Amino acid sequence: MELRDLYVRFRDPKTIKALAKEIELEASKLANPINIMEVCGGHTHTIMKYGLLQLLPKNIFFIHGPGCPVCIMPKERIDHAYILAMQENVILCTLGDMIRVPGSKGSLQDARSKGADVRFVYSPLDVLKIAKENREKTVIFFAIGFETTTPMTAALLESAIAQKMTNLLLHINHVTVPEVMRELIDSRDEHIDSYNNQIDAFLGPSHVSVIAGSKIYEEFPAKYNRPVVVAGFEPVDVMEGVLMLVKQFNEGRCEVEVQYKRSVTREGNRKAQELIEKYFEKRDLFKWRGLGNIPKSAWKLKDAYSDYDAERVYDLPKEEIEDHKLCICGDILRGMAKPTECQVFGTACTPAKPLGSCMVSSEGACAAYYKYGNLL
Amino acid sequence: MQKHITLAMGSGGEESSELLEKLVFRHLKNSYLARAEDATPLESLQSPCFCTDSFTVSPPFFPGGDIGKLSIAGSCNDLAMMGAKPKFLSLSFIIEEGFSVREFEKILRSIKNELAINEAVVVTGDTKVVPKGSVDRIFITTSAIGERKIEASQRSIQEGDSLLFSGDIARHGACIFAAREGIELESEITSDCASLWPIVKRLIDDGITIKAMRDATRGGVAAVLNEWARATELTFEVDEASVRVSQEVQGICEILGFEPFVLANEGRFVLVVDPKDEKKALKILQEFNEDAAIIGKVTKSYPGRVTLQSEWGTKRFLDMPSGEILPRIC
Repeated sequence: MELRDLYVRFRDPKTIKALAKEIELEASKLANPINIMEVCGGHTHTIMKYGLLQLLPKNIFFIHGPGCPVCIMPKERIDHAYILAMQENVILCTLGDMIRVPGSKGSLQDARSKGADVRFVYSPLDVLKIAKENREKTVIFFAIGFETTTPMTAALLESAIAQKMTNLLLHINHVTVPEVMRELIDSRDEHIDSYNNQIDAFLGPSHVSVIAGSKIYEEFPAKYNRPVVVAGFEPVDVMEGVLMLVKQFNEGRCEVEVQYKRSVTREGNRKAQELIEKYFEKRDLFKWRGLGNIPKSAWKLKDAYSDYDAERVYDLPKEEIEDHKLCICGDILRGMAKPTECQVFGTACTPAKPLGSCMVSSEGACAAYYKYGNLL
Repeated sequence: MQKHITLAMGSGGEESSELLEKLVFRHLKNSYLARAEDATPLESLQSPCFCTDSFTVSPPFFPGGDIGKLSIAGSCNDLAMMGAKPKFLSLSFIIEEGFSVREFEKILRSIKNELAINEAVVVTGDTKVVPKGSVDRIFITTSAIGERKIEASQRSIQEGDSLLFSGDIARHGACIFAAREGIELESEITSDCASLWPIVKRLIDDGITIKAMRDATRGGVAAVLNEWARATELTFEVDEASVRVSQEVQGICEILGFEPFVLANEGRFVLVVDPKDEKKALKILQEFNEDAAIIGKVTKSYPGRVTLQSEWGTKRFLDMPSGEILPRIC
């Protein structure tokens, strides 16, 4: 199989047009309009990049969800990365998406221009190589991402332990999808009337379920009456996912379905899950930028591995830093507002100077609207 | 001659002359350089055009070219895009102590070849050697003077004009990325690094009404079109399917999450012509590269923006690239 086989079919113009027609036909039978939350920023990106909103009938809406690990990173944790990068004798490694995200002190790009050694890696395992080549320095991996990247960080730690590395630390910011979905429709935050959320159905990201399985979404149809379709990231995948959801409404079904049968199973990748469970445990609370503290929504290293935990080795500030008062990212993430309804969208808040979470990375709803426009 | 460049070779004494005589002059000598004085007198020029550029590409040797070829093609292309025939160049090297003499010679040979393609000469130059770690292997600075044959400028672009591109996109950026990240593909991506004057000359000689040209270097096609869109307050509408991307380049983009539109080209350009000339211009471009295509048109639908039309009928903006896409590609 060639690399192009992985995407060519799933960007086929004829298939996309045919699916658009089929969705239109199904949607004409809907009793009420439906709001589909695409949880993952990757889906938001696909929808905006390929202009899929322009292909959908007027009674189907997307609510752009919080599934972008960079966007939801609270400023105080971005500050951790900055502070760690500015330490003497430290090499800070992270994934490329983190480079431009500003905390209260600046971005990692700023840190680098002030002389910090910040390196961007494609795979966490590259960090091991950097640590071996720089034994006299402390190499810190600032780990971000959902279920998809968490096993790789666990694999890095496993290798570091096996190879008795003493100059490698981890700063863990791995978050999980089901907890934030639950938060969005069943919030316990007293400041927000959560039951105003407009979400009727979820489009779940395929890569998360490759690791965690489709089973993680079973509570949503069962307990909250919200159907879920696990879909891939190409335009054909997303369109097919939408069609499957519309059909569920028309046929009176409410269940978890998998569009991305190419590699998603109910159980997921057991080995990857075991690796995560071996090294990580859930935090009681983790603050999501724009959404506040969400119980059990993120991982931390188990006590047994505290020697590898940069958050314990270094004394890092714990105070929370709030976003700009005018920012309505929380409402956007709950589907109560569109990016363009925000007063500061595209004016005070741009991808170069983001005020809130949704403008931070190209996977954030506001940044995607800003970049690709919504040329309906 | 030693196998490695030494600090002494840059200090102006005996060793410097050896470096010049045995290497630089051997490849680049001409009647201007032969004067070996502090400055070179030139004959008067018709409608002169002047530009400068510096080259720091890492790695300095890449599939399809090297920093020598890139430096001459790069500065001559800046002239060609203004409709100017490249004539005279200055050439300065900053070389890291310990750089291989053989590799330096390879670079000089590339420079010589590329000068011949442009029918241009180096008339003045300089060589500095700096201690290890002061630069990354070799940096080159060039300036170039040419004679302007036509008045190509973004100011001539009007609503209704046709947009053409001279080949497939993003090869240079993808090639450097693959080389830097050690990504091995079944078929190697070669850079598109090349001199554009021969193509431009053909367009001029065949009487094409050229409105504007821009080589799509750093920031790729997206940067060129956005700069024009902002400067002219017009809309540059691109038909996505007409833009050729090779399979290998698309593959790199898939792996790394890039859009080919933002990756650099070093031997490709966007051409704006009067619509009556678009077919004739396309035919000429395709003689040089079969992937050349008419990629869109200039309208007023979204002033100051670039739009991409998909094959399934949707439209989106193609934004100005921002952030660090890829440092030191040229």
